[in-house]
Order: sequence, then structure tokens, then C-alpha cells
Amino acid sequence: MQTITTLQAVYNSLEQVMDPEIPVLSVLELGMITDVKVDIEGVHIKMIPTFAACPAIDIIKENIKNAVEKDLQMPAFVSVDKEVNWNSNRLTAEAKEKLRDFGIAPPGRHEGDVSMDMLVKVNCPHCGSENTYLRSPFGSTLCRALHFCRQCGMMFEQFKPLS
Amino acid sequence: MQLQEALQELITKMADDELVIGHRNSEWTGLGPVMEEDIAFSSMAQDKIGHALALYRILQEHFGGSDPDQFAFLRNAEDFRCCHFVEMPIGSYDFSLMRHFLFDHAETVRYQALAQSKYAPFQHLAGKVKGELKYHTLHADAWIIQLCTAGKESRERMQAALDTSFQLAGGIFEPGPAEELLIAEEIYPGEAALYTQWLGHISPVMEKAGLVLPELTAPVYGGRTGKHTPHLQQLLNEMGEVFRLDPEATW
Repeated sequence: MQTITTLQAVYNSLEQVMDPEIPVLSVLELGMITDVKVDIEGVHIKMIPTFAACPAIDIIKENIKNAVEKDLQMPAFVSVDKEVNWNSNRLTAEAKEKLRDFGIAPPGRHEGDVSMDMLVKVNCPHCGSENTYLRSPFGSTLCRALHFCRQCGMMFEQFKPLS
Repeated sequence: MQLQEALQELITKMADDELVIGHRNSEWTGLGPVMEEDIAFSSMAQDKIGHALALYRILQEHFGGSDPDQFAFLRNAEDFRCCHFVEMPIGSYDFSLMRHFLFDHAETVRYQALAQSKYAPFQHLAGKVKGELKYHTLHADAWIIQLCTAGKESRERMQAALDTSFQLAGGIFEPGPAEELLIAEEIYPGEAALYTQWLGHISPVMEKAGLVLPELTAPVYGGRTGKHTPHLQQLLNEMGEVFRLDPEATW
């Protein structure tokens, strides 16, 4: 029972750790957490970056460690999981909704491979129009692409689908 | 040469290519012809250096190699195994775009092959890199087609960039001294096979763009055995300048 309670407490704590680049999403909603274990040493958390060269990874690791140690009052060890690769299907449905509300178009669900259509055909998160075009596959962070909406005349970003 | 040694050599040359092209890409930061291109080359630089880091980590963890930062910043040119193509200065935008197009398709076929590798760390890394590279080739293809169909001067400059780049790009596929060992163990298909697959990838785009594919008559070899152009040492001096001030510093 003790272990179950603690695990739940770890997850509660992780819910409060936001991505530094997308502050409305927690590391859990982003699907970055791959494993949580609790033993006598403390809490062992495995996580994965969205893109291999994500520069925020060390900050995120540090934020997770600090939050869990503060909430649970026990040592936390955060490591990068080398067995699992992140892909955009790991985003939860709630996460996609929050992204849209934040003004970032969420990635569509893929079946193991990202088609050109998924990169190019994106609904505007502001007005919902399909009349948009991909302006550049590179945006303000590695995980975002730049699009333009012909309907409302707004530039917007898309969280890139990744297989 | 033993299998382990051959594998180490393959990883090193792949990683050095990624690091050096990554640094070259980063030289467009603040100088791109339009803001989106500035961001694109900066983002791709970040990706490439991330791939280099992942490969240097494999060397560190599986081959007793040194710390990736030390390995990247403290070696001299003759210890690098990158091809000459990635060393060349960024030149004008047509050259940089053409290099990006040719190199990133070569990288794509390589990682597609490595996704089937019997060497587990390759298989894992390829799974990650393959998806990211899609955005690089999407970017390259779009610009190649756009600029080649944008009028006479534009098309001529892109063709000239291709003619300048092609023999250099052939150097990406300089055969390794013991690649038969790696082929036999199904670690990777070998440079000749990758070259053929690469042609299959770039040809349809070139056709759409109206580019004339040169013949590979004199691929520029030497980089894989540590013979480089003077450009590499200049790049390394600049890249490692701050790191070398205090190699033990924590960042």
C-alpha cells in the first residue's frame, strides 16, 4: 500500500512540472515520462526528450528532480531512458486540446509513419480553417513548424508530428 | 582490422560529419537571407550536433571513448574523419542549400539502413533520427524546386552549385577500410549500396527541379583517412576556441 500511495504522489508531483518551452503542458501530458520506480534509495524516474537535440532536457531533468524531492521529501534520480524514443502519439488528448488553446496546432495521430499530408495540412488553431500552408518546417523550437492561415491572416505554430 | 575497430571507425566518421556540418549550418545564424531560413539553418544545426552527440556517446559508452565534449573540441584536423564536403565554407546560399539537400538525403538513406542494423545502438538512434530528418529533406526539396524554377539566373546558380558540390558529395561515400566486416554482420549495407540508394532519393527531386545530374567522375576522398582541406582546422580552431580556454570547466 505504501508503494502505491508513493507512486501516486510522484505522479501528482510530475503533473506540476511544466515544459519550459510550452508552459501549459506537464511532462506527463507530453508523454516524456517512461518509468517511475520507488525503492529504499528514493524515486527513480526515466524520461525522454521530444527531439534528440532538445536543449531544454537538462532543465527539465532538474525541474523534475526538484519538484519530486520537495513534494515527497525523498531523493529523486532522473535519467534519460535509452530504450524508448519519443513520438508525437505520446501526447495525450488533453495535451492536444491545451496546445490548441495555447495557439499551437497539435500534431495529428499517425500510424507509425508521418505522411507529407500530416506535415502540410494543418487546421489553424485560431479560426479552425483548413486554408493554411506550411511556411517553414522549422519554428521557434525544434518541436515546432511555422504555418500561415490564409483565412484569418495569422501565422501560427504546429507541434510537429514525429514518428 | 577487427569488427570492433571497423564499427568504431564508422561511428566516428558519421559523428564527425554531423558535428562539422552542424557547425557550418550554425554559421547562417543571424545571416540567413530571410528570417525563416535563418531559423531553419539554426534548427538543423542544432539537430545535427544532437546527432553527433548521440554518436559520440555510443563511442564513450561502448568503446571506452572519451567524454563527447572533449572528443569534439580537443582533437585536431588529422584526427577527424569527416568528408571534405562538410568542411567547405558556407559560401553563398545556393551552395549551402545544395549541400544541405545532398547531405541530408545521404544522411536519410544511411539512417534508414541503420534502422535495420543488427547493432542495437544504431537501430535505436536511427529510429529517432529518421523522423527528424524528414523535416530536413522536406525543407531542402522545397527550396531546391522553388529556386530551380524561379527564373534563368536562379536556375543557373543552382545548377552551378550542384556542379561544384557533386564530386564533393561523392566523398560522403568513401569506402571504409573494413566495411565488408560490417556488411557481413548486417551492421550496415556499405557505402556503395548507400550511394545507389542516395541517387534514387535525389533523382526525382532533381528531375522536378530541372537539374542536370553530373556524373560522378572524381569523388573527393581523403577525409575518412584524416586528410583534410585547410578549412577544417580553421573551423576547429573557431569551434573549440572557448572550450580550449578551460577544458575542465563545467557549463
